[in-house]
Amino acid sequence: MSNVLILADFVSGKATKTNAELATAGARIGEVTAVVLAPAGKGAAMASEINKGPVSKVVIVESDAFVNNGVAAVADVLAQIIAAQSPAAVLIASHAFGKEVAARTAVKSGSGIITDAVDVSSDVTATQLVFGGSTTVHSKVSHGTPIITVRPNSIDAQTAAATPAVETLSLQVSDASKKATVTSSQPPVQGGRPELTEANIVVSGGRGTNGDFSAVEGFADSLGAAVGASRAATDAGWYPHSYQVGQTGKTVSPQLYVACGISGAIQHRAGMQTSKTIVVINKDPEAPLFEIADFGVVGDLFAVLPKATEGVKARKS
Amino acid sequence: MKIAVCVKQVPDSWAEKKMVNGILDRENVDAVLNDLDEYAVEEALRIAEAHGGNEEGGPHTVTVISMGPERATEAVRKALSMGANDAILVTDAKLAGADALATSAVLAAVIEKGGFDLVICGTESTDARMSVVPAMLAERLNVAQLTFASKVEVDPAAKKVSITRVTEAGVDEMNAAFPCVISVVEKINEPRYPSFKGIMAAKKKSIESRDLAAVGVSVDSAWSLVADSSPRPPRAAGIKVSDDNSAEQMVSFLAEKKLI
Ligand SMILES: Cc1cc2nc3c(=O)[nH]c(=O)nc-3n(C[C@H](O)[C@H](O)[C@H](O)COP(=O)(O)OP(=O)(O)OC[C@H]3O[C@@H](n4cnc5c(N)ncnc54)[C@H](O)[C@@H]3O)c2cc1C
Ligand SMILES: Nc1ncnc2c1ncn2[C@@H]1O[C@H](COP(=O)(O)O)[C@@H](O)[C@H]1O
Repeated sequence: MSNVLILADFVSGKATKTNAELATAGARIGEVTAVVLAPAGKGAAMASEINKGPVSKVVIVESDAFVNNGVAAVADVLAQIIAAQSPAAVLIASHAFGKEVAARTAVKSGSGIITDAVDVSSDVTATQLVFGGSTTVHSKVSHGTPIITVRPNSIDAQTAAATPAVETLSLQVSDASKKATVTSSQPPVQGGRPELTEANIVVSGGRGTNGDFSAVEGFADSLGAAVGASRAATDAGWYPHSYQVGQTGKTVSPQLYVACGISGAIQHRAGMQTSKTIVVINKDPEAPLFEIADFGVVGDLFAVLPKATEGVKARKS
Repeated sequence: MKIAVCVKQVPDSWAEKKMVNGILDRENVDAVLNDLDEYAVEEALRIAEAHGGNEEGGPHTVTVISMGPERATEAVRKALSMGANDAILVTDAKLAGADALATSAVLAAVIEKGGFDLVICGTESTDARMSVVPAMLAERLNVAQLTFASKVEVDPAAKKVSITRVTEAGVDEMNAAFPCVISVVEKINEPRYPSFKGIMAAKKKSIESRDLAAVGVSVDSAWSLVADSSPRPPRAAGIKVSDDNSAEQMVSFLAEKKLI
């Protein structure tokens, strides 16, 4: 049976939900090997977090270069593993880091690359939603090893417990991939809420909050949702940049996206318009985001959200 | 310093886009300079200006590099009117439908020949939305990659660059020696509007056109192929409410959809 590599995805040293999604897609094609690239001494602990979904094997490579030199070092080792194992496909989480790793790995291994897949089938055909989600595209890599980045939260993951075999490989990071040095790293600001790209529900606030996110947060918490923000809100410093949804922020496609006081600029839509259900609350009936809303409330978010929060709580109790 | 800025002409974000035979139909939509590349042009100019300028005879030059059809000249001209010195546009019929691997191979060949200290890109082209070309350029050129920069500091004497990188993984401080490939996020600066003087001056600036033979690379057919594409049904017109119990209606809607 053929072998599929997934690049294990970690944020601040913690494995993300995306790993099980990558494994689920990978298992349609072949046996899944998760590649854990860890700082020296951290491999076993990180590998033990790859414990869900159809993962047959975990291979660990340890090197401080993965932290100190970033993308280039990770791509360097991933390409070495591809050369040694000739997998049927390589699946990587589709975020800035994952796409850059995929880019360099594709060049190194002489392979075609597909980014932002929302699905991957057993014959390694990737599904993408392009042009603002208005068009579905199926594509295939026709050269080398298919390198595919998969959007978090797009694939319905199998999450049964896994006990993969673990192996440590001793591979060297080449000097050529140590040309840029990371001198310090600050992890993303994490509140107690679900991570934006992984959440089933996202409630976002825009300029209409006028800097007061309490109503947005209250509604989000009643639903167990993540909080997002428009660029107007992050630029004003009301919410950290890592919460920005849109072209230059995060792309989310949750089951439910609730936009509060957000007008619907094309750059904001680019990050949320593939959400399954969209609810818009805006006091301007002409706000363009209503065009793509499944449910729109024309009203003041400060009046609507507290009532809705009560309503949700009442139904849940 | 010799600074290169890579810019792409893209269909206007608001324009309706269609696929024809598996590639984006670029003929029938308005085209503009990729807005994320304006930040790259601005940053290149600011870096030059901070260290003596890129005026005629000045110590630094900013060269615009683009690959695209003939009419990408307009986008290139815009970058020139902002203040870049000159430009190279790679145009060849064989490049229609080129993917990121081909694009990066062509750009890398042009950059290699030009011997640049810094190459500055946007983080993403608004049509392809791949965010891969800068990383591919660093790989192909075998130079340092300093991408997703929200701040760039250059020390021309020491030939060193430091950046602040912002991504979903947090905030990193990074540095490297010349030459390097940088990509900049939109928070880094406020791109200038071309002045009247800039627009007039740009008309006289040189845009060198090269075909693939002149670039010296041959490009195979794309390494990933679109099997099919189909328009998705547009979202059905939604419900819109504005009365007093709209909050309750919204909650009922969420409950019906089993979202609560
Ligand atoms: C290169 C570039 C990249 C960009 N990237 C992004 C991105 O990643 N993400 C992003 O979001 N934007 C991005 N933008 C910015 C984008 O163009 C818009 O400016 C931004 O999305 C607007 O945010 P907003 O909708 O919150 O604000 P506005 O457009 O000002 O809209 C505020 C809305 O709130 C409503 N409102 C006001 N008060 C209330 C109230 N009390 N109750 C209910 N509604 C109320 C108003 O009617 C209005 O519709 C980018 C722009 C550029 C140029
Ligand atoms: N055809 C092109 N010509 C010049 N620069 C390009 C081209 N395509 C991409 N780039 C550069 O690479 C960046 C990222 O593009 P992409 O990987 O296509 O999202 C852009 O912001 C440009 O700076």
